[in-house]
Amino acid sequence: MSTEKGWGMRAFDWFEERLPIVSFIDNSVGSKYPAPKNLNYFWNFGALAGLVLVIMIVTGILLAMSYTPHVDHAFQSVERIMRDVNSGWLLRYMHANGASFFFIVVYIHIFRGLYYGSYKSPREVLWWLGIIIMLLMMATAFMGYVLPWGQMSFWGATVITNLFSAVPLIGDKIVTLLWGGFSVDNATLNRFFALHYLLPFVLVGVVVLHIWALHIPGSNNPVGIDAAPQDKIPFHPYYTVKDMFGVGVFLLAYFTVVFWFPNIMGHTDNYIPANPLSTPAHIVPEWYFLPFYAILRSIDDKLTGVILMFGSILILFVLPWLDTSRVRSASFRPIYKVLFWVFLIDCVVLTWCGAQVAEGLPLILSRVGTFWYFFHFLVLLPVIGWIETPKPLPISISTPVVAKPAE
Amino acid sequence: MRIVLFAAVAISLLGFVPAKTQAAGEVVLEEQEWSFDGPFGRFDRQQLQRGFQVYREVCSSCHGLDYIAFRNLQEIGYSEDQTKVLASEYTIEECCDDQGDIFDRPAIPADYYPNPYPNAQFARASNNGALPPDLSLMTKARPGGPDYMYNLIIGYEEPPTEMAEEMMVGMYYNTVFEGNQIAMAQQLFDDLIEYSDGTPATSDQMARDVSAFLHWAAEPKLEVRKQTGVRVLLFTFIFTVLAYLLKRRIWADVEH
Ligand code: HEC
Ligand code: HEM
Repeated sequence: MSTEKGWGMRAFDWFEERLPIVSFIDNSVGSKYPAPKNLNYFWNFGALAGLVLVIMIVTGILLAMSYTPHVDHAFQSVERIMRDVNSGWLLRYMHANGASFFFIVVYIHIFRGLYYGSYKSPREVLWWLGIIIMLLMMATAFMGYVLPWGQMSFWGATVITNLFSAVPLIGDKIVTLLWGGFSVDNATLNRFFALHYLLPFVLVGVVVLHIWALHIPGSNNPVGIDAAPQDKIPFHPYYTVKDMFGVGVFLLAYFTVVFWFPNIMGHTDNYIPANPLSTPAHIVPEWYFLPFYAILRSIDDKLTGVILMFGSILILFVLPWLDTSRVRSASFRPIYKVLFWVFLIDCVVLTWCGAQVAEGLPLILSRVGTFWYFFHFLVLLPVIGWIETPKPLPISISTPVVAKPAE
Repeated sequence: MRIVLFAAVAISLLGFVPAKTQAAGEVVLEEQEWSFDGPFGRFDRQQLQRGFQVYREVCSSCHGLDYIAFRNLQEIGYSEDQTKVLASEYTIEECCDDQGDIFDRPAIPADYYPNPYPNAQFARASNNGALPPDLSLMTKARPGGPDYMYNLIIGYEEPPTEMAEEMMVGMYYNTVFEGNQIAMAQQLFDDLIEYSDGTPATSDQMARDVSAFLHWAAEPKLEVRKQTGVRVLLFTFIFTVLAYLLKRRIWADVEH
């Protein structure tokens, strides 16, 4: 055998010299990207979120080919997709449930970050980009839910857009702008469709920045200390194969819902065509908005409720500075670890409250839950950082034996 | 730690499931065994045809079935010729002939099931002010689906004494309808119709058949969905196992 390169290899080299795209990919998520060797399965969720984004865009574009954004035809066009478009039911169920799974995956991804302190220096910008991704997802999902023009689509849109009327002075102007008129109507549906088509691609752009920002310091890890070069392994094949396994497990769950319980996360009222003259008994947003909805309704004053609701997300931007501890992983922070779990439970309680009628016990619980949500970030995190004594940190990832106490 | 976290995730996922069931209220539905339940569930064509007969002979005088065309009935076992004959019994108003006049023509299989009323106002006027809703998505538009439908249609009783006073004129007491007062009178009585397959037409039987039929009308792709699901899941399972084995193999040399 000669050592001379084959023509295929030479053509490849020729191309790479001019556009080194393969090396770029290899450097980003391939064999040239070193990752800590101790990442656990919670580190699979970033890749999974990327997968769901791709699924959403592909199914979404295919749906858009048969969807009609007009108040008189939208509901019917979705039903035609379900009945007459080849595999339309599959596209629609994959898209509708894909949105829910997107949030499941991203919420787990975020709580992973909270537990292991992934938002701390030097990853603050990476964390910000993550929050921007979440906000974009929320806007996209909210507008997507309006498109089938069922009862919940219409009334959800009415309730949420009306929130902006609480803004002093220009509130009504904002609402008129959102609606494109004086009520949720055809103009609203049209602009929501345009934006629903656009935002996922903005999302792709921010995801690229997110991954770029990740590559500057590299991945955090369950121990939370900086990984030394000897504790790193190439992303490919180690993490590509691990992600492949994760994708398999994820798809098992996702397909089970898509093929056997496709409506379990939806609301039955959305199979009733929108009717501006008949308000449903309970207007409930999609489950992924419930904790924020509970915060909104915990306060009687509309403006305060709106501020708290948006504040509950915006506060995440300053989290890297609210948390005064320099130890990243909760595994070494006995008090924070407890607080993390309490906070997670708090979010679950708020989710439950968001689905109930805002009175009696659910209202009391959403007030307590809202208080705790902000108390956690604004008071506990700064204070705990000062008073907590972290457990001794290992010197390196491969030295489990603790040699010296952390500073 | 890992197990706790997984458990927490699982619990938080469960957290939003009750959100769906709450709308059903306190009413307990008597659940039926449907042939289309379960991972391999299929429609019972015989039952769907009986249900269609109930719809056609009873419900269709008030309720539309907007999303079902006559051709769709081939999916529940009618032949093309049968659907042609069936369609031709209905007339469709078509706009317009060469003179610009609206004219009547017999329906063809491609036509959708004609609505009993020309418009919603007319429908209300004919029903004491209440609008009989379209039934083609009904089982997906109510919590409980076909079970709700079945319980609703047979759920007529004398109002309990404490309700008797409140009953409004033209309203009927129903055990599962929200608020217990419904503008639709009891529709099914034993032997109201004669099934073409000879099944005794008890009201219970008819209620079950028409509910199954309407569930087909709401979710006609249920069978192909579950069948595709089995194949997709099997494939994904094998993929996952192989990925796991490969992962073990590749990671064998990493101390972790
Ligand atoms: C005489 C006209 C008439 C006939 C025949 C009729 N219905 Fe109705 N139906 C109504 C009216 C009117 C309503 C609206 C009731 C209300 O809103 O109070 C209604 C409502 C319903 C509802 C909706 C209940 C809900 O949860 O909102 C269902 C389901 C239904 N009918 C099923 C049937 C079925 C199945 C049949 C055939 C067995 C049938 N109906 C026959 C007049 C009729
Ligand atoms: C970030 C990614 C996306 C999210 C989170 C998202 C979310 C949603 C949601 C929640 C719905 C309502 C589903 C239902 O209840 O029926 C929806 C509908 C829809 N989406 Fe998206 N979507 C995304 C991307 C896209 C893209 C890229 C397109 C391309 C045009 C698209 C096109 C549509 C269409 C046409 C509908 C209406 C059909 C239907 O309701 O099933 N989506 N989307």
